[in-house]
Amino acid sequence: MPDTTLTWASVAPASGEIFLTFAICAVLLIDVFAGEKRRGLTPTLTLIALAATAALMVGQAQVSSRVVLFDRLYVADPLSCLLKLAALLFVAIALMYSRSYMSQRGTSRGEYYVLALTALLGIFVLASANSLLTVYIGVELLALSVYAMVAFDRDNGIAAEAAMKYFVLGAIASGMLLYGMSIIYGITGTLGLDELAVRLGATHGAGAILGLTFIVVAVAFKLGAVPFHMWLPDVYEGAPTNVTQFIATAPKLAYFALALRLLTHGLTGTEQQWSQMLAVLAVLTLVLGNVVAIAQSNLKRMLAYSAISNVGFILLGFVTGTQAGYGAALFYTLVYVLATIGTFGVILLRTQKGFEADRLDDYKGLYSRDPLLAVVMMAMMFSTAGVPPFVGFWAKLSILQQLWVTGHIWLVIIAAVVSVVGAFYYLRIVKLMYFDQPADGQPLPEWQPGVRLAVGVNGLAVLVLGILPGPLLALCGRLLS
Amino acid sequence: MHGFGLLSVLIWLPILAGLVVLALGERSIVLGRWVALAAALATFLISIPAYTGFDTGIVGLQFTEKLSWIPSLNAFYSVGVDGISLPLVLLTTFMTIPVIIAGWTVIAQRPAQYFAAFLIMEGLMVGVFCAADALLFYFFWEAMLIPMFLIIGIWGGPRRVYATIKFFLYTFLGSVLMLAALIYMYVKGHDYSIAALQALPLTLIEQRWIFVAFLLAFAVKVPMWPVHTWLPDAHVEAPTGGSVILAAIMLKMGGYGFLRFSLPVTPDASRELVMLIIALSLIAVVYIGFVAMVQQDMKKLIAYSSIAHMGFVTLGTFGLYAVVAATGSLNGAVLGVDGAMVQMVSHGLVSGALFLCVGVLYDRMHSREIASYGGVVNVMPYFAALMVFFGMANSGLPGTSGFVGEFMVILASFKASFWYSFLAATTLILGAAYTLWMIKRVVFGPVANSHVAELTDLNGREFLVLGVLAAAVLLLGVYPAPLLNIMEVSVHHLVQQAVHSKLPL
Repeated sequence: MPDTTLTWASVAPASGEIFLTFAICAVLLIDVFAGEKRRGLTPTLTLIALAATAALMVGQAQVSSRVVLFDRLYVADPLSCLLKLAALLFVAIALMYSRSYMSQRGTSRGEYYVLALTALLGIFVLASANSLLTVYIGVELLALSVYAMVAFDRDNGIAAEAAMKYFVLGAIASGMLLYGMSIIYGITGTLGLDELAVRLGATHGAGAILGLTFIVVAVAFKLGAVPFHMWLPDVYEGAPTNVTQFIATAPKLAYFALALRLLTHGLTGTEQQWSQMLAVLAVLTLVLGNVVAIAQSNLKRMLAYSAISNVGFILLGFVTGTQAGYGAALFYTLVYVLATIGTFGVILLRTQKGFEADRLDDYKGLYSRDPLLAVVMMAMMFSTAGVPPFVGFWAKLSILQQLWVTGHIWLVIIAAVVSVVGAFYYLRIVKLMYFDQPADGQPLPEWQPGVRLAVGVNGLAVLVLGILPGPLLALCGRLLS
Repeated sequence: MHGFGLLSVLIWLPILAGLVVLALGERSIVLGRWVALAAALATFLISIPAYTGFDTGIVGLQFTEKLSWIPSLNAFYSVGVDGISLPLVLLTTFMTIPVIIAGWTVIAQRPAQYFAAFLIMEGLMVGVFCAADALLFYFFWEAMLIPMFLIIGIWGGPRRVYATIKFFLYTFLGSVLMLAALIYMYVKGHDYSIAALQALPLTLIEQRWIFVAFLLAFAVKVPMWPVHTWLPDAHVEAPTGGSVILAAIMLKMGGYGFLRFSLPVTPDASRELVMLIIALSLIAVVYIGFVAMVQQDMKKLIAYSSIAHMGFVTLGTFGLYAVVAATGSLNGAVLGVDGAMVQMVSHGLVSGALFLCVGVLYDRMHSREIASYGGVVNVMPYFAALMVFFGMANSGLPGTSGFVGEFMVILASFKASFWYSFLAATTLILGAAYTLWMIKRVVFGPVANSHVAELTDLNGREFLVLGVLAAAVLLLGVYPAPLLNIMEVSVHHLVQQAVHSKLPL
């Protein structure tokens, strides 16, 4: 029998979500009443809300135990705690960058922050989901907020188009997810992931595989794996750059959690099937992402294909079907997001009203214009290409190692070779920044000390973690063992 | 454990100094230059105790340090040198000094970064030679690509972007496959230390795959025919200092990799595939020798000559199997490997010096074409004397270091087969032909044009650099014993490892 009494102890592990929900309401109301004059109030309040949530969560951190709450709908474990804190950090950084970007363009409105907080709540729910129902709520909460964020600049036709594509394709994916979930529910009679894992044991019929297929398609869509990646380049390119940064970072952690909770926990009985599906998807994703990225002349679009190719690596971690493999995928995701937020940070610092800095040519001779941005960008590019001493190298190493452990020799070779192809377009950015002369007519960057400091710290983090990756690697391994 | 931390100082001092120079920035370049020179000199001086304190009677690594690095991967920050790596470490710390001095005033664009890049390179290269842990080795090996990529790309010639991207991608492709092989062995043995990899039992099929992965990584670096095409491009486009470091040190990493990894880790596959390597080496010596002869560009000519000379290194290294098979004794094999090592050190000095000579001319005339010159001896007598000397050393004249290595390798290969040594010995003709013909056209004859007539002879800085190198070449040529003494025990041990089968009997 479910425990129906509500006590503080029984909800305390979810205090982060609960506080965040109240904070969203408060920020929304205060923004409405503050009016036009106190523009700066909402962003500040948002950051305070984020800091308070973080403090609450650290206080409640379940360092070693797994607690199930709310009639087994919700789970609090060390993994969800790490994912939430990381997502919180990345959202906070993204909002910091957004502030000046939007105020330059006069598109700064309080709703943006409310939407970002709602998306964060969606990430939280996904990270702690322990039932198909919670998973779906999390997915929709995140997705709907993000659709609206893409279309936030309502006078921008390209952004509206991107939002429309995103919404339509995203709705189809949600449909797929629901359809797969309903089939699984019909077969097993349960929505809870724990019970699913038990009931959907080693023996299962074709119906379960059908349901699994729909779920894998939905996960692949959300992550942006080929051939379900069509939305991603358009959205990355069309969305205002601050929104692209948002989409490209924290939600990746949520979709990692989506794949982890659904496939490796709930549907663990069908591991053999989904790992084969993911292997095919991963190879397609790696090859197409890396090859098509070479042909891009728009930086945001190139980074979209780079994101696709990196998702291929994350999927490879799942293909292994071992806890250590998922740990490698978690490490890869964190490292990739860390480098990506810095990359977009550089782009955002480079932009100005009327100059979006999204063409590759806008980066010609960046070094002589702005050494800090060029150095950080170089670190991010080499990190994502997987070259030591930057942290991206360790991410690729852990994935390759887990593939070896599970004997996927061809995947190792494919992954190694495509990463050389991938290195080419990252090198091209370095080439533009360092070897070319700056083009005329580019505005000089504005001096924004706070954000510049953030970019510098971000670059340093990629280097320091690259030289001393031990603690983070060990943490990711431990959380999933 | 005497000399605690010595090797770490050799690795990190130049890197830190490089960062200091970078932080000082272009505005205080005068100070930055001196900091760079002081750091390079200090690193060299600190590396001397490694030589004097080196115990030539011990097999295995000395000056070892071992710190926990990444516990979850069982990887250690573990360094040490033996008789094979120590000469290359000394070569690295020595050759960085002329590079810094040679760039003193001639680098007009972003000089602080230029010096910083070379100092950081130095640290990383020493790291490659000292690493006793395969993961640490790979870390330095790959990290080195970044400064070299920037050096060629920023300070290079007109086609620098093409050359540097080609350089990076070629080496990167070879390296990632080596990484895959290293991870495979780690998964098998749960240990990344090089000693453990050398002791790891492997079946013949495993060895073949691992050998191929290593071959791709090291053959690209050496470079061996047919994966050598990046080198002439990179050399021609690189600034003088870049060419020097590339020829003197980076090529040696391929040869070092063969000695450190291929032979001891995959001895049976090496024995099985030895004919392939010998054939590729002889092609490099003979065919590339002919290619060098027709070059119009001095740097390109020296680049091709480097490929031919490195062919001797791979011939001497892998020839050991042929020698052992033919004679049944290890003595000839040791001679070949010794020859390969001497050839590496000698080529490091000679090719570096020749690139510096070309740099001296290029700084004055801004042309590397042989046809632009003629009769340089009339206006630059000191320079001409030194360039002729290095040309002689490059063609293997007895009394210079170039002779010692080539002679040892030819002698060893003679024990394996007359034809190997016959083909290898053609280099004595070909090497003399392409080098001396270039010298003849550039240095001798009447003054070719008015630009040559206006040339000024070496200044003190250039004379110092080339003079020191000439002394080293001469010293090694007449008295190679100190070098051979250091190597002796380690090479013996290596040859034993290389002929000791890992297969179950």
